[in-house]
Amino acid sequence: MKTRNHLSHVGIAHEVNIISNGLIDIPMLQILSQDGVVHKEAVEPELDQETALKMYTTMQFTRVLDERMVAAQRQGRISFYLASTGEEGATVASAAALEPQDMIMSQYREQGSLAYRGYSTEQFMNQMFSNEKEPNKGRQMPIHYGAKELNFMTISSPLGTQIPQAAGYAYGQKMAGEPAVTICYFGEGAASEGDFHAGVNMAAVLNCPVIFFCRNNGYAISTPAEEQFAGDGIASRGIGYGVKTIRVDGNDVLGVYAATQKAREIALAENCPVLIEAMTYRLAAHSTSDDPTGYRSKEEEAKWQERDPIARMAKWLVSKGWLDEDANKKEVEQMRQEVLQELKRVEQVPICKIDELVTDVYAEVPPILQKQLSELKAHIKKYPEAYPKTAGRID
Amino acid sequence: MAKMNILQAVNNALHIAMEDNEKVMVFGEDVGHFGGVFRATSNLQEKFGRDRVFNTPLVEQGIIGFANGLASQGSVPVAEIQFGDYIFPAFDQIVNETAKFRYRSGGQFSVGSLTIRTPYGGGIAGGHYHSQSPEAFFAHCPGIKIVIPRNPYQAKGLLLASIRDDNPVLFMEPKRLYRASVGEVPEEDYQLPLGKAEVVKEGSDITLLAWGAQMEIIEKAAEMAEKDGVSSEIIDLRSIQPWDADTICQSVEKTGRLLINHEAPLTGGFAAEVAATVQERCFLNLESPIARVCGLDTPYPLAHEKEYMPDHLKTYEAIMRTMHF
Repeated sequence: MKTRNHLSHVGIAHEVNIISNGLIDIPMLQILSQDGVVHKEAVEPELDQETALKMYTTMQFTRVLDERMVAAQRQGRISFYLASTGEEGATVASAAALEPQDMIMSQYREQGSLAYRGYSTEQFMNQMFSNEKEPNKGRQMPIHYGAKELNFMTISSPLGTQIPQAAGYAYGQKMAGEPAVTICYFGEGAASEGDFHAGVNMAAVLNCPVIFFCRNNGYAISTPAEEQFAGDGIASRGIGYGVKTIRVDGNDVLGVYAATQKAREIALAENCPVLIEAMTYRLAAHSTSDDPTGYRSKEEEAKWQERDPIARMAKWLVSKGWLDEDANKKEVEQMRQEVLQELKRVEQVPICKIDELVTDVYAEVPPILQKQLSELKAHIKKYPEAYPKTAGRID
Repeated sequence: MAKMNILQAVNNALHIAMEDNEKVMVFGEDVGHFGGVFRATSNLQEKFGRDRVFNTPLVEQGIIGFANGLASQGSVPVAEIQFGDYIFPAFDQIVNETAKFRYRSGGQFSVGSLTIRTPYGGGIAGGHYHSQSPEAFFAHCPGIKIVIPRNPYQAKGLLLASIRDDNPVLFMEPKRLYRASVGEVPEEDYQLPLGKAEVVKEGSDITLLAWGAQMEIIEKAAEMAEKDGVSSEIIDLRSIQPWDADTICQSVEKTGRLLINHEAPLTGGFAAEVAATVQERCFLNLESPIARVCGLDTPYPLAHEKEYMPDHLKTYEAIMRTMHF
C-alpha cells in the first residue's frame, strides 16, 4: 500500500505568503540557434544523415502540399484546407523521435507527422477529395486523416477530445505489455478545454505512458494566447498535475527531437505522462475559412518568417555537408510537379456508392437504416439528375 | 439458480465478464476497493487487481474519454457514471466521439467494446440530480445502443450481452429497483438479445409499453384494468436504440390501442418516437389515439415526486380513456 496522503508534500509556513505566477522559471530548450548553429552549451542529439534528411524533405513536402492545397481550395476544387506553415518543425521532429508502433493522436495541424510516417501524396489527396479510395469513405471534412496501418488515429473536429482518449489508449498499451507509447498533439487553444484537464490529470493518476505535445503557436483562430490563459503557458500546468514537463523551441528541430526522444524514454520506462510545450507560430491562416489580416500585423508575421524551421534546419544540414542546395531545389520542384499531377488524377476518382452512407454507424446495419437506404435509392432513381455523384451507380 | 437483486446480478455479470476476458476493465468514481456507491462493483478489485478495477479522478468527460481511448486500443472498458444525472459532462465524448468513432474512420477504428453503466430514474427522493432518465437525449444519436433492464435476470443477461456487443452500449440501471427487485438468476454465463423487446404478458385490448422501473407500474395498472374487463398486452422495450418496432407494431395490429409510459418528461421523450412510428405503420389498425403517460415537462421535483411520477393510477386512467375513446 502507498503511504502517500494529501499532506505528504505539504510544508508548514508561519507567514501569509501568497504565491504568484512566475516564481517557477520554465525555460525553453533551444539546441539550434536561429542561425542554424548548435549552441555551445547544447548537446546535439544523435541523428544520422538519413534520418536528418528524411526530416528535412518531409518538412518541405508538407509545405509544398499545404501551398498547393490552399490554392486548390481557392479554386473551389476541395471544400476546405488547413495549412501548417511555420509548425512543420514541431510535428516532423517529434514524429521522427517516435517508433512506428507508437500511436499518434493528433488535432488537425499535424500533417507533418503523418507524412513522416509515410502517408503518400495519393493518400493525402484521396482524403481531401473525399473519394471512394479514402479510408473514411468520404464522411469527414478534408484534413481529417486516419491510418490504422501507420498507427495514426483518425482525426475529429471537436477540440481536446483526443486528450483523455490518449491517456486511455496509452493505458491499454501498457496493460497489453506493448513497448509503445501514445503521443497526443493539441494546440494551446484546445488546452483550455475541460478535456485537457481531464486527460492530463487522469494520465498522471493512472500512470499512462503518453506524451502530451502542445503546439503553442500564439493563436487560436483570432484569439491571441494572452486572451487564452494568464499563467505561464501550458507547461506550468503540467507541474501542477505532477506531470514531467519540458518547454522547447518548436522551430528548432534538434530541440524538439531531443525533447521528444527523452519524453518517450521516460514515459515508457516509468509508465508516466510527459508534457512538451513547443513554442512556435502559426504562419498560416487558421484555415481557408480565415483571414488573419483582421487580427494581426504583417510585421509580426514577417518577424516569424525569419524564424522558419525549414530554413534553420537547412543551414545546419549545409554546415554538416549533408545538403546540396541545388539538388534540393530540384527535388522540391519535383515534389511540386508530383503533387499537382496527383491532384489532377485524384480529383477524377468518384465518391463512394450511396450504400456506404449507412455502413459503420453500427457494426451491423440495423433494419431501420436498411429501410432508409432503400427509400433513398428509390428516390435517387426517380430524380437522377439531382444526385449526379451517385445516381449512375445504384445496384 | 440463485436469488439476487439487481445489484448482485450486475456484480455477478461483471465477475463473469472479467473472468471470461482479461481485456475487460472496470473503472469510474469510487468503483475500486470501496465497490461503488451502490456496491455494484464489490469485490472486483480484490479479485482482479487494481490494474483492471480502479477509481478514476472525479471527471465524467475524462472517464468516457479515457474509455474511448481504451476501447479503440482493443481493451474492453466497462465505465461507470455514478448517476445518470452526471452523464452530461461526458455528452460530448459520447455523442461526438463514442457514437461516431467507427463511422468517421470508415471502420478503421471503433470503440465497439465500450459499455457505459449508469444508474437512472426517480422514486428515491433524489431531487433534480439523482432521479433523471436521460435515455431520449441519447436515442437521438446514431452509433450507440441503449439498454435498460427491468429485473435481476434481465440485468445480468443484458449486461453480459452489452459488454460483448461490438457496438458501444449505454446500459442504464433502474436504481429504485437495485435492491427492491429480487428474483431467480442463473449462476452460469448467459446473454439476452439486444434490440429485442419482450412480450411479458399477452393480451387483446390494448398494448402497454414501458421499460426499466416503469414496467412494474404498467403491470399494476394492467391488473386494475383487468378488473374492468380490459385485457392488456404488456411489453418491455428493453433496448431503446436500436428499438424493436416490429414487436410493438405486431402487438398494436392485434390490439388496436397503444399506451407508452416513461419517467422522463413528455416533450421529446422516447415515447414520441414510438408513437410516431406506430401511427405511421399501424394507421389502419389504430382505434384510438396513442396515449403517452410520462413525467411532466419540469425538472425532476423533490417534494412533489409522487405527484410528478407517471404512476399506476395515471396509467390506469389513461388505459380507460383509451378504451372508451
